[in-house]
Amino acid sequence: MEAFFRHLYETTGYNFSIFYDRRDELNFVHGLGVSLELMAISLVGSLAIGIIGAWLGGMSSQLVRGSVRVYVQALRNTPPLIQLYFFFFALGSVLSVIGPNGRPMPLLSNFTWACIGLSAVAGAFNIEIFRAGIESVPRNIRDAATALGLGRTKAFFLVILPLAFRLCLPALNNNLVNLLKSTTMAYAIGVPEVLYVSAQIWSDEFNATEMMLVVLVVYAGITTALIGVMQYVERRLKVPGYGA
Amino acid sequence: MKLPAVLQVDRAVGLGSLAGLFVRPSSRSLLCMGLLCSVLLAGAATAQTNAAKAPSVLATLIKWTPLMAEGFALNLMISFSAMLLGTVSGIGLGLATISLRRPVRRISWITTQFFRNSPWLALLFFCVYALPHQATLFGASFIIPDWTKAVLGLALPIMANVAEIVRGTVQAVPTIQWQSATALGFSRWLTLRLVILPQCIKPAIPPWMNWYAILTMATPLASIVGVAEALQVTTEALVSEARFELLIPMYLYLLTWFFIYCYPIALLTERLERKFGVIT
Repeated sequence: MEAFFRHLYETTGYNFSIFYDRRDELNFVHGLGVSLELMAISLVGSLAIGIIGAWLGGMSSQLVRGSVRVYVQALRNTPPLIQLYFFFFALGSVLSVIGPNGRPMPLLSNFTWACIGLSAVAGAFNIEIFRAGIESVPRNIRDAATALGLGRTKAFFLVILPLAFRLCLPALNNNLVNLLKSTTMAYAIGVPEVLYVSAQIWSDEFNATEMMLVVLVVYAGITTALIGVMQYVERRLKVPGYGA
Repeated sequence: MKLPAVLQVDRAVGLGSLAGLFVRPSSRSLLCMGLLCSVLLAGAATAQTNAAKAPSVLATLIKWTPLMAEGFALNLMISFSAMLLGTVSGIGLGLATISLRRPVRRISWITTQFFRNSPWLALLFFCVYALPHQATLFGASFIIPDWTKAVLGLALPIMANVAEIVRGTVQAVPTIQWQSATALGFSRWLTLRLVILPQCIKPAIPPWMNWYAILTMATPLASIVGVAEALQVTTEALVSEARFELLIPMYLYLLTWFFIYCYPIALLTERLERKFGVIT
């Protein structure tokens, strides 16, 4: 394969340097690893925020419900990139400790902030999705859970959430794909993910078009894989009597 | 080896600004990032000494408002142009996905899926790099401004999503309407134009507006490829002010601008959705 891509470059000028240059390859694989890690962490983080937010959103306290609503609307209606800048530059600068050499040092790395930022936005969307799912769970199922002596928390996690989760899978699927795509934004705060290392490679090799193609194909592959997994989950968890 | 704190941060972002120097489009944004990082660290040390004589935070925000407004106007302009371009091409692409010709249907389906599932930032980069830096028209050569390329880059995902809306809404019209139109002697094109499409407009409006809001919130991405829109202006303002305590208020201020613009759109979308009774 190495020989093939070297030959391709020499004969046609299409320079896929990551397939024959050892240094570029290592750099790219590392970037891919960072991307996958970022995706995995923010996926889990956003789901956790979504579930907890939906649970808090159903509390009887006005204050808690109000704050969840404010959180959701604030994050859904502002640009994610500016949120990321806000997190990393503004909050990151406040959250700093005095380093061993007496100078301030950021407490959280840009990778951590990227995880927080991405989970926070996708989480806000997930809260809305779960809320819609919970609302579509029939009233009498709740009553049945209460009749069986389950408390609010138990009824939520044991009865309502498992049903709501199935009902909102299509919307959730969409949002998670969006999350995967938005991990490229971490580029803006210098996280060495796929797009970032590709930019490094193409500034060395002047092969921007080829590298962009690789990036697009990589993302197409990852999103297709996620869609496949989600469709499998959807089939496995299908509730009889719902949907087509 | 343990690096000093300043270098540790600068290594991450500084690499970006170095790389930025060698790439073709404006390296300003990445350079700014590196500078901003230095501001963060240097500013923390000098913040106390400056605070006494520097104007208040509010006064500084007001001072930068006109420039930020100019940047925000560019954001809006990019969003309008990309939406227009994306909608027109998206309707075309959407109609192609319901074509009776199999190859047309296949190709347009692949195009739609490709642009729907690619990251916006990657598409934006692609347009900025793939398009020529300057063009020659009637013998006169002129430089293509970066923001027009950003418009194209943002219009591509919009096109694919509008195509999906068109396909979805057309398929939601009951088949019997096609059959009755055929019985009345309408051609396929006439049926589409006079019977089917007019019914698709109403249910298509809420998701279309939703995509407009998403697009508007994606326009700050253009700052990464060097367009002087609101986020870029704000970052440059922060660099030139070099004041640590401005970071939070300045970015919050900018976030508020977008919120004030996008929230009413979201509310209206929700209301229309309920009114038209569409689930999207």
